[in-house]
Amino acid sequence: MTARQVLVPLAAVVVFLIFWEALVWVMGWPNFRMASPSDLIPAYQKYWDLFLLMGWQTLWRTVAGLLLAVIFGTMLGMIMGFSRMMRDALYPLLVGFNAVPKATVVPIVALMFVGWHDFNTVLIAFMISFFPIAVSVSIGLSTLEPEYRDILRSLGASQSTIFWKIALPKTLPEFFGALKVSVTLAFIGTNLMEIVSPHGRGLGALFDSGKTNSDYPLMFAVLIALAFLGIVLYYIVVALEKTFAGWADRSV
Amino acid sequence: MEDLIHISAVRHTFRTASGPLPVLDGLELSVPEGGFVAVVGPSGCGKSTLTRLVAGLLIPDEGDVSVHGAKIVGPRSNVGMAFQNPVLLEWRTILQNVLLPLEIVPTKLTKAEAEARARKLLALVGLDGFEDKRPSELSGGMKQRASLCRALIHQPEVLILDEPFGALDAFTREDLWQIMHRVKAEEPFTGILITHDLRESIFLADQVVVLSGRPAKTQFVLDVPDVGVRTLDHLYSPEAAEMLNILRHQIEVAQGRAPAQVTS
Repeated sequence: MTARQVLVPLAAVVVFLIFWEALVWVMGWPNFRMASPSDLIPAYQKYWDLFLLMGWQTLWRTVAGLLLAVIFGTMLGMIMGFSRMMRDALYPLLVGFNAVPKATVVPIVALMFVGWHDFNTVLIAFMISFFPIAVSVSIGLSTLEPEYRDILRSLGASQSTIFWKIALPKTLPEFFGALKVSVTLAFIGTNLMEIVSPHGRGLGALFDSGKTNSDYPLMFAVLIALAFLGIVLYYIVVALEKTFAGWADRSV
Repeated sequence: MEDLIHISAVRHTFRTASGPLPVLDGLELSVPEGGFVAVVGPSGCGKSTLTRLVAGLLIPDEGDVSVHGAKIVGPRSNVGMAFQNPVLLEWRTILQNVLLPLEIVPTKLTKAEAEARARKLLALVGLDGFEDKRPSELSGGMKQRASLCRALIHQPEVLILDEPFGALDAFTREDLWQIMHRVKAEEPFTGILITHDLRESIFLADQVVVLSGRPAKTQFVLDVPDVGVRTLDHLYSPEAAEMLNILRHQIEVAQGRAPAQVTS
């Protein structure tokens, strides 16, 4: 990474914070309307231990849900990508499932597995984030030009050889595109569960306690912490993409 | 000379959603060992189906397709294919792309020998220095040359070319025709070339087979006289003009636009 690639996004963040601070100052908004970045520093100082603990809870449960989504989504995508019949059969179900707002599923899941806090949260993160992965893998596989298959089949290659040598690597760029969307979705899933269901764990719970105690700077501080975690995970995915599907990037 | 590829009385019908679609009916084709046969015919007449038959990717409803006297019952590893779409694997370098068939077909070559052979083939088509480039860094003509090397790396008995130069501009195409002659001299092969370009067919092949419209049968066979080393100048000779005239007339017959009996 060059200095420019680091400095430009950092500068953008600083400009954003200055703009935010100035906006709150110019408008004369009180804390409960909108906290300014300078209000957040005391909030972080006061609750730093909680931020570390709950941030970690949110992070690992999001990553666990995401990993499940990758495994399940890839398998589902493979089934739908290779079999037309399965694609016809599963698409309506999948779309219907995805169309159900997950906020409505949260209380159901919370009741179903009452007391299983970690499991509930991971489950919602998984449920909300596997859809893009399944769809992208299935499209990547089903749109493989027949010539690619023919080149290997005419040499007597087995279906699994064709999958490992051609279909899988060719699908990787779509897969990573979907994974970037899923990262964000998984965070939404984790936090939905943390906010809606009273587990007292994760950044969502911290947000909720800020709400009950009318600690507005704390609420904003949680939002920024979530954004930070999201950015970190996103760039981890970008790094993985560069390693495994860097060939698809034409801009270099 | 014994025929390496022999196709006789082949009939094949595709079952489509809108009913059966006969594509081949009465296809006859023979290619002697070391021979190079071009197949021309109207669009959609079943030329590509023919290549899939020879590659063993498709078994005909009726009739015989055999290589070396053995009936083809499925894919065999001794076939090399190149299509209009070069289908190179973008995540591999050109060298790794060319080596792909050797990862599937059993080979006696060591890794070093295989790589040396790939480099030799790439040099033969003028791609030396591009071994470590990615396909996205190459022009259309260069990709097609790399695809040709990949089709030849495992020394296939049969080379099947399905309109390999169809998407290239005229000058690049003529370049590749000459490269094909160079390749054939260095790396002799038995080949079938599907093409839409009549000039290409008489420049590259020793025999041109005209297929009729769908369902395709062998309508006409033209032997291209052996003139030694062919150069592009030959395409502008009176003999070439006559052959092209005959072929063009046959295509019109195949398209149903000219009566078969007219003599020019």
